[in-house]
Amino acid sequence: MSRQVLDAKRLLCPLPVIRTQDKVKQLLVGDQLQVICTDPGVMQDIPAWCRINGHKVVKTHTDEYEYIITLEVGE
Amino acid sequence: MSKQSKAVSLISGGLDSMLATKVIMEQGVHVEGINFFTGFCVEGHTHAIRQKDKAKPKRNNSLWVAEQLGIKLHIIDVIEEYKDVLINPKHGYGANLNPCLDCKIFMVNKAKQWIEENDFDFIITGEVMGQRPMSQRKETMPVVAKESGADERLLRPLCAKNLPATLPEREGWVNRDELYDFSGRSRKPQMALAEQYGFVDYAQPAGGCCFLTDESYSKKLVDLWETRGHKEYTLDDVMLLKVGRHIRPKANFKLVVAREEGEGRFLQGYKKDFISMNCTSHSGPLVLLDGTLSDDDLHLAAQITARYGQGRDAELVDVKIQNTDGAEKIIQVKPLLANEIPQEWFV
Ligand code: SF4
Repeated sequence: MSRQVLDAKRLLCPLPVIRTQDKVKQLLVGDQLQVICTDPGVMQDIPAWCRINGHKVVKTHTDEYEYIITLEVGE
Repeated sequence: MSKQSKAVSLISGGLDSMLATKVIMEQGVHVEGINFFTGFCVEGHTHAIRQKDKAKPKRNNSLWVAEQLGIKLHIIDVIEEYKDVLINPKHGYGANLNPCLDCKIFMVNKAKQWIEENDFDFIITGEVMGQRPMSQRKETMPVVAKESGADERLLRPLCAKNLPATLPEREGWVNRDELYDFSGRSRKPQMALAEQYGFVDYAQPAGGCCFLTDESYSKKLVDLWETRGHKEYTLDDVMLLKVGRHIRPKANFKLVVAREEGEGRFLQGYKKDFISMNCTSHSGPLVLLDGTLSDDDLHLAAQITARYGQGRDAELVDVKIQNTDGAEKIIQVKPLLANEIPQEWFV
């Protein structure tokens, strides 16, 4: 199981979702990806994208201006 | 048993594509959604930027539709390829800078490439004959099918009965009798079908699915093209046209004035790309300067910047000018009066 980080800062939705989608394509089932964003919209959009595509949100975390989502790649 | 056929559906986030998808899913076809991000899509952006919209986080309608339908959604970045569609539309623009017909052809063509790569059988769109003046007319329906190369693999479930049978119908992948014959501008048939499927809270289509249908946005884009002397653009250009007050006192430069805190924070991210200004003796907005400015131009820009700060009625205010390399200097200026900023300066 690998653990990777994706920097999606300064990108506005849906670009963080697109970058997440493209990165997940390169990962294996069970791998974890931490996505770091500055657009608060990701707190809705990335979990919605995960639900649709069968991935699991492991953790969400908010700093003052950063929104960090960790997901686990599903089947 | 014959194999289950597979379709990809162009999901815009509006009701029509949602209904078209559902109609085909009801017939036992495996459907996945596809959504193209051109850079001009209405989804998200300005809501993410503006502070006042923070209280009501906005959903991405395409993702919401896919979730309601229980289908996968593939969001494709077409920013680069879309430039040619916008800059050189073969079929021209609509009421503003929206090249809707070329855009449809482009998207259906991309979907066609996608079905070939992913071994799907056909493409669905939510088009309704006569619904939109430019891209959804009786005459344009075959144009989209032909010029996209999708031809007979393009099915419009909501108005299929008004059109010749396509491959999915002839092959029996879908039953033509269970498709629809909607036409015209009325939304009533769609609303009735939405009710039948129990769809509530769907996005109400307004002007269109992108900023190019917006008059004031189109004006800003025309201004950018005219003053630069070419039509090339970057994603940052597209984003910045959505933010702030744009004021062009002279052909060689314009100001982008943040209208509130959220915009100010967003514009902060561009201080390495543009000269920026803000008042230091009084509070006031962050301003970016786009263009090449002489010392006189900088002085005028500082006077305008001062106009939008709390010191607008002061005799003199201090304005900090920051270069893209971080070097700063402060100048003192007299704020312009409201009537000293002609209406024509506002882009
Ligand atoms: S409104 Fe925009 S996205 Fe929709 S068809 Fe027209 S140009 Fe394309």
